[in-house]
Amino acid sequence: MKFLCVPCDRVMAFAERHVPDDGTLTVVFGCPGCGREMALLANPYESQLVRSLGVKVGGRTVPEQPMELMRGSLEGGRPEAFNDSTPLAREDAASRGPGPVWSPGALERLERVPSFVRGMVKRIYVDWARQHGISEFTPEVMDRARSELGLEGM
Amino acid sequence: MRRIRTYKDVAAEAGAAVVTIPGQVMAQRERLARRLADIGAVAAIASGKGGVGKSALTANLAVSLGAHGLRVGALDSDLNGPSLARMLGVVGARFTAGENGMIPPMGSGGIRVVSMELFQDGADDPLRWRGPKGESWAWRGVIETGTIRELLSDVAWGKLDVLFVDVAPGTDRIARLLDLVPDPAALLLVTTPSAMARRVVARSLRLAREARVRRIGLVENMTTWACPGCGALTELYESSEPQLASREIECWAEVPFDPRLARSTDEGTPFVLAYPDAPAARAITALATRLRRELHL
Repeated sequence: MKFLCVPCDRVMAFAERHVPDDGTLTVVFGCPGCGREMALLANPYESQLVRSLGVKVGGRTVPEQPMELMRGSLEGGRPEAFNDSTPLAREDAASRGPGPVWSPGALERLERVPSFVRGMVKRIYVDWARQHGISEFTPEVMDRARSELGLEGM
Repeated sequence: MRRIRTYKDVAAEAGAAVVTIPGQVMAQRERLARRLADIGAVAAIASGKGGVGKSALTANLAVSLGAHGLRVGALDSDLNGPSLARMLGVVGARFTAGENGMIPPMGSGGIRVVSMELFQDGADDPLRWRGPKGESWAWRGVIETGTIRELLSDVAWGKLDVLFVDVAPGTDRIARLLDLVPDPAALLLVTTPSAMARRVVARSLRLAREARVRRIGLVENMTTWACPGCGALTELYESSEPQLASREIECWAEVPFDPRLARSTDEGTPFVLAYPDAPAARAITALATRLRRELHL
């Protein structure tokens, strides 16, 4: 799916993505020629079809995680099914110093993520924070990360 | 009428490949291909029909080959009716994150096992996906095929000599697996001597032939029952249907019925290890030998 700015005959570029909690998806595209913006509004079924492919509209900002589709989609996942902390990841985190601080509100929100998938989601958030030089996670920062990362439903 | 460029006209302008949905799907495909390159042979165990003993055969074949020193994996692609984790004794085991994917638990006989049961919380939980309710028919098949793709590509199987894939009932499930693994080294079609099972397997055979699967072998399961007293063999089914094997597919094994097979696999103890001298175990071991020869393992 692509959007063409008809007056400019230019392919519109991905600008931003919003993932509200109601199952819908909003993706904003802009024309690199005239600057006009438009938003794609997908209903829950359309959003789910795309999500089921394991892809992100507008592209990925972090690499696809192992079993991301299954872990993000399964209901009733076994909390202890995964040990997400690799020895190399622990070494890497230690060498880069402490990760971002989690505010109480952000921690509370993280706790609401099913434990089956929480380890993977937390790692994605922390990598994103490091890339953006963010030292504290608040619910607002999580909203921004979630939107940029396309963490639908997580 | 003014001309507006088509999708294909503008496809190349979309920027980095990972931005586009086809680009991301292509990346998934490439990841799968890289993983499969580390696996010597993929052998699918299918039927089309349910209840013919595919999973028990998969577990015991895997253990038989593992006992020969081969590096063996077993993927239970029956997401809605998983059983391999139990049969190979890894229920409750964990996956550990590795640098190259999720490292699966190791089951009986050193078999690396991946099964949906390892990811579900309740032992009797039906498989449920998050998404709009009431219309799941529109996306469930897509998500389940994507999950099997991930179980193939995102698991750190390591260097395997053979990966067995236990395929769910339904000829469509064979087709879905062939979409992901277009060139399996072998396909074993399992049937019982019942007329109904043979008719369904004949459909699966046709599908596999059309997909140009290189090696297809038939396994006739539960052919006879051996009297535990005198050892006399009695046929379990009366069938007027012509033998599939005599018509268009070579029979690689006939496995007699043995009630201990179901019991031992249910308990996570592979039958071929528990009762190696039983006629059914000998038939499965002979099938493993045949498979080694066919696949040059």
